[in-house]
Amino acid sequence: MTMPVIFERSVPGRIASAPPAPDVPDVPLEAIVGEEHIRSTPPALPEVSELDLVRHYTRLSQRNYAVDTGFYPLGSCTMKYNPKVNEDAARLSGFARLHPNTPAPLAQGALELLWRLEQMLCEISGMDRVTFQPSAGAHGEMTALMMIRACLEDRGEHRTRVIVPDSAHGTNPSSAAMCGFEVVTVRSDERGNIDHAALRRAADGSVAALMLTNPNTLGLFEEGVCEVAEIVHGCGGLMYLDGANFNAMLGITRPGDQGFDVMHMNVHKTFGTPHGGGGPGAGPVAVKRLLEPYLPAPTVEREGDRFLLDGDRPKSIGRVRAFNGNFGIFVRTYAYLLAYGPLLRQVSEAAVLNANYLLALLRPYFDLPYDRRCMHEFVLSGRRQKEQYGIRTLEMAKRLLDYGFHAPTVYFPLIVDEAIMIEPTETESRQTLDEFADALIRVAGECATDAETVRNAPHRTVVTRLDEVSAARKLNLRYTAAERRGS
Amino acid sequence: MFPTDRRYSRDHEWAQKENGRVRIGITSFAAERLSDVVFVELPKAGAEVRAGQAFGAIESVKAASDLYAPVSGSVVEINQAVVERPETINQDPHGEAWMVVIAMSVPEEWNHLLDAEAYEALVGAEQT
Amino acid sequence: MKPAPGWRPHRYLPHTGAEIEEMLRVAGVASVGDLFSEIPSAVRLKRPLDLPPALPEGELFAHLVELAERNAHADRLVGFLGAGAYDHEIPSVVWHLAGRAEFVTAYTPYQAEVMQGELQAAYEYQTMLCELTGMDVANASMYDGASALGEAAVMSRDLTGRNRVVVSSAVHPHYREVLRTYTRHLGIDVVEVPHRDGMTPVEDIRAATGPEVAAVIVQSPNAFGCIEHGSALAEMAHAAGALMVAAVAEPISLGLLRPPGEYGADIVAGEGQPLGNHLNYGGPYLGMLAARQAFVRRMPGRLVGMTTDRDGRRGFVLTLQTQEQHIRREKATSNICTNEALNALAAAVYMAALGPDGMRRVAEANARRAHYALEQLTALPGIRRAFAAPVFNEFVVRTPLPPEQLNARLCEKGFLGGLALGAWYPELPDGWLVCVTEARTRGQIDAFVAAVKEAIVR
Repeated sequence: MTMPVIFERSVPGRIASAPPAPDVPDVPLEAIVGEEHIRSTPPALPEVSELDLVRHYTRLSQRNYAVDTGFYPLGSCTMKYNPKVNEDAARLSGFARLHPNTPAPLAQGALELLWRLEQMLCEISGMDRVTFQPSAGAHGEMTALMMIRACLEDRGEHRTRVIVPDSAHGTNPSSAAMCGFEVVTVRSDERGNIDHAALRRAADGSVAALMLTNPNTLGLFEEGVCEVAEIVHGCGGLMYLDGANFNAMLGITRPGDQGFDVMHMNVHKTFGTPHGGGGPGAGPVAVKRLLEPYLPAPTVEREGDRFLLDGDRPKSIGRVRAFNGNFGIFVRTYAYLLAYGPLLRQVSEAAVLNANYLLALLRPYFDLPYDRRCMHEFVLSGRRQKEQYGIRTLEMAKRLLDYGFHAPTVYFPLIVDEAIMIEPTETESRQTLDEFADALIRVAGECATDAETVRNAPHRTVVTRLDEVSAARKLNLRYTAAERRGS
Repeated sequence: MFPTDRRYSRDHEWAQKENGRVRIGITSFAAERLSDVVFVELPKAGAEVRAGQAFGAIESVKAASDLYAPVSGSVVEINQAVVERPETINQDPHGEAWMVVIAMSVPEEWNHLLDAEAYEALVGAEQT
Repeated sequence: MKPAPGWRPHRYLPHTGAEIEEMLRVAGVASVGDLFSEIPSAVRLKRPLDLPPALPEGELFAHLVELAERNAHADRLVGFLGAGAYDHEIPSVVWHLAGRAEFVTAYTPYQAEVMQGELQAAYEYQTMLCELTGMDVANASMYDGASALGEAAVMSRDLTGRNRVVVSSAVHPHYREVLRTYTRHLGIDVVEVPHRDGMTPVEDIRAATGPEVAAVIVQSPNAFGCIEHGSALAEMAHAAGALMVAAVAEPISLGLLRPPGEYGADIVAGEGQPLGNHLNYGGPYLGMLAARQAFVRRMPGRLVGMTTDRDGRRGFVLTLQTQEQHIRREKATSNICTNEALNALAAAVYMAALGPDGMRRVAEANARRAHYALEQLTALPGIRRAFAAPVFNEFVVRTPLPPEQLNARLCEKGFLGGLALGAWYPELPDGWLVCVTEARTRGQIDAFVAAVKEAIVR
């Protein structure tokens, strides 16, 4: 059965929400906004009743996989449980109905929350200041690189290159390009660390920064991080941490103590704010003192018992978005951190324990290209299944859907052939991990016994494998009247 | 495996000489690697291109890459059919799916291109 | 054996002491501490984190309520403040649906077969946004209006191969700031054309728009609430071979006003907050980005397309992903990855709830009530209209006492006054930007006007 799009439920004349009558003297609209500015045809939006609307979106929601419905082992995404009380807090009128242009004296609670959150993030990261403007990890990367550039230019240095390891997230090179930097890729060594010799060769006076993910995208801690910092600082560059994998480190080790000068945090990964099907998230950036002058304006400051927004920052890189960042997300972040306090360390302990346990269960059935103690996630390879049975990792991932699990991240990092990247997170129980391992092991077994079933998976989902090729060749990005007639 | 009536670039384009002009496309190896091509962007006729520099772009669902000119010169013809039906690139990369014809401005660049045998060796090396 | 000295049960962590022991045994690790043996000792934190003590849920919530109550939110003060964020009525149904955990706790739809709900909702949102703006294609959202504008500028550079953008000073100051931040390192030159009487002067735009200009950037209704001459400005841009980029900070206006697609815009970048999203002290909101069909492959962000499955059933997938950073890396159209999908979903539910008739009626209510308030306010002694151009739901008046002082007095009476414009436009130290949406009743407007009257004669 095909699920109708909402336009197919539309019946002219229906409405699900009736706005108030203007209730003021009736002046012709032409006289108010000018005849030439009035829209000639109404937008062809759907016309449905409130119940039509409720059923439509409720049914859509039932065609979604979510943390609240099942295990989400997506590597590098940290799909942990999103506490409910945080949602309640964010919806309090004092936060949700607070206007961003409200003068600071009338928004003291909100500013105090941000100020306190900044203190906590500094303590956790070992950094000195935080900006809340960036709205996602990639936005944070861009913001951080702009600050690095501003800082170096302030010193009279025009450095043009940014070093990125070959295991990095694709956002790293792309963010560097947005800041006008040239990207130099440095390879990983056989233990999965950044290759120090290659790094030394690349590290010269033209290098503005190294962008490093730690633990890296293989789920491995950069064992030589101190030496790496020495090399980069030695050539006059700055150390940037992509905090995508911060969940492995909370209370264990701090980026600020590892030699990093600046980092972004993905609060929608590490600090349990929900991902919303692709956002909103937030990517606050924490910096060491040397980068403080360049933070986007305004910053949140405290003067005695008053809190204010300081927009008078002459060396600031400027705004990266309007207003004060994704404040509603920071209410959740703050609530999350208050629920743990110093027990935050247990988050990382449990996350790393879960990953190591799951790896132990799966290790006999898959190739493990970098056989080291993993941190919060690990990367297997489906090479064996591909070589022996001609089954690709993508097909195994799709088969997992049939067993009721979301698939792991696949084909990333790029340096692992047929990569299967699994991140269980700390909020999953041993029972869930056992069930997932059983399912994945069963899929691996099916590659030998029932290859066709795996190859054509999924079978039990609301749709089978979708044709991405024709989607890209014959773009259909909006519903049109022609389809209505054709359907 | 690769036709001997033309030469090849290290960026996996083929180039075929026709009276001082050069017809250009991508090799079957490149097409296979991209998998199903969904989009091609070509320059306008009259555009100047330089050897080794991007003159267009090609996309499949899993990869996107620039098209690099094997030789310098001006574009005298483009294959509109391949823009409209990019799947031709997977079906007949060395024939129907040619992309542009270039009037060479630096004839000696031709000598830097690989012959079929050398290109085959290059592909063999990349596959391992 | 004590596997984890000091391990404390926590409501978000399922592990029992016995399970930890067993899991360590399976993993072949001696203790929880040993899990981190690859981290050099020199960089390990050898003390507990210095954070406030963990709070049980009740105390946690009470603390947040206490912080929330120290804010002058819209349920406490009757608001006449807009300037880039707008207090509209949000039907209950919007967040009952968008707030469903199946949407809220999902990730980006990378496994399309189990994410048809999110994908279809995004496709429907794209369609509705195209309808509202009059454009051909829309993406699944950007961070906010200002950053969407920054991306639109970069997009127009890529499309035209030109390196300058011309922007009206009547574009929201935050948008212009972000525009500069986004373009600074890309060799894009930003030229600002000063407003004249609250409007973008068409002749000055013509003079500033030469063959090196990639885009003319105008906002309508603009930062003063005035409705710009979209067609004339688009003609100027096109005559010079530049693109017309229309910024929209108040999309509710499009229920009544000519959409950018109708007056010749090539790219629309705007703020979707007014479509069913809460004020949230500035975020999360959603950036709207829409364009002409020909530009679709240069659009940053995610796009959802319709396709079919192996059995011929209709389905939805992320498409044109090759322009995204995980494939293109440094050649990607943008680095945006996580966007504001949930807020876009709320915007879609909102637009579907109102439909064409509702969108028109809500826009009319805004325009009529704002107009009424403008008439009432300018009837007061000493208050005069700053600009003659027609407005939608915001307008600038000049006040006989400093707007900051006026706002302070209004606050005592339970009103959140308009924006004191002097901080953004020093040439308007007595400029007061007042916003009146459909959420303000006639009674509230009358009481507001009475309070203003009292404040200025005091």
